[in-house]
Amino acid sequence: MDNKVAEGVFFLTGKDFSNAGAASSNLKGVLEGMSVQPDIIRRAAIAAFEAEMNVIIYAVAGMMHYYITPETIRIVVKDMGSGIPDIGLAMTEGYSTAPDYIREMGFGSGMGLPNIKKNTDRLDLDSVVGGGTTLEFIIYLNKDSKGAKNETL
Amino acid sequence: MKLYEIVNSLSLEVKTPSLDLNKEVTGGYVSDLLSDVIGNSKKGNVWITLQTHQNIIAVATLRDMSGIILVNGRNPDVDTLLKAAEQGIPLMVSSLPAFELVGRLYSLGIRCQ
Ligand SMILES: Nc1ncnc2c1ncn2[C@@H]1O[C@H](COP(=O)(O)OP(=O)(O)O)[C@@H](O)[C@H]1O
Ligand SMILES: [Mg+2]
Repeated sequence: MDNKVAEGVFFLTGKDFSNAGAASSNLKGVLEGMSVQPDIIRRAAIAAFEAEMNVIIYAVAGMMHYYITPETIRIVVKDMGSGIPDIGLAMTEGYSTAPDYIREMGFGSGMGLPNIKKNTDRLDLDSVVGGGTTLEFIIYLNKDSKGAKNETL
Repeated sequence: MKLYEIVNSLSLEVKTPSLDLNKEVTGGYVSDLLSDVIGNSKKGNVWITLQTHQNIIAVATLRDMSGIILVNGRNPDVDTLLKAAEQGIPLMVSSLPAFELVGRLYSLGIRCQ
């Protein structure tokens, strides 16, 4: 990719399904503009979409910041919302507290956080019940993109 | 195989007349769970689903899918049509249930790849 550095922020509003996916689509466009490898873009787009949807579904409002350097894509998603009481449980594939109307839309399969983990190299999830959640993840740009190794930050 | 060939062979109703159907279809994916689709579909796949709401367009855009086919004659929401045209994701409808539609796509040579 070009030897560029970029950063930006998107604002997310809870239950705003009409703009859902806009932040991750925008980020994908930024990465394409920087000629990042397609497989890295795919992983970033998947992780960003899942993080964006979690704010829209479970929080009141939030922000997605991205920081791109020649070595890494770092994304920090911070929200004000219900928070997550048990992070271990939330990370479990298939676990979801999504209400019925969300499940009918095809969300709430409990695969979001596992999808993020699978597609990123580092992941950190911090949450305060009744306060909000901060999710941060990093994708390395210069590593063999297959089989992302997830380490805790 | 090109998307227009699939549209013609399976008599799909095209809901996005302004979009080009001369797109290569690399394979197919069928699921109604959005996390499953975004996580496991491949670039250029055609997506078979019963979901009709606008967020399917974001998923298809993020995965560079070649198009979406709604099953059982389901009608897309108006917002979905607008987003599809805006993002350039061809949207088609089949009167068949998912099982029948996927079987026909398979006979045409479309695989999960
Ligand atoms: N930002 C968030 N705020 C509050 N709860 C969250 C947030 N993100 C995830 N969760 C909780 O973690 C669970 C699992 O999330 P996820 O793996 O994305 O699956 P899903 O969204 O399909 O339920 C959610 O059902 C919800 O209870
Ligand atoms: Mg989720």
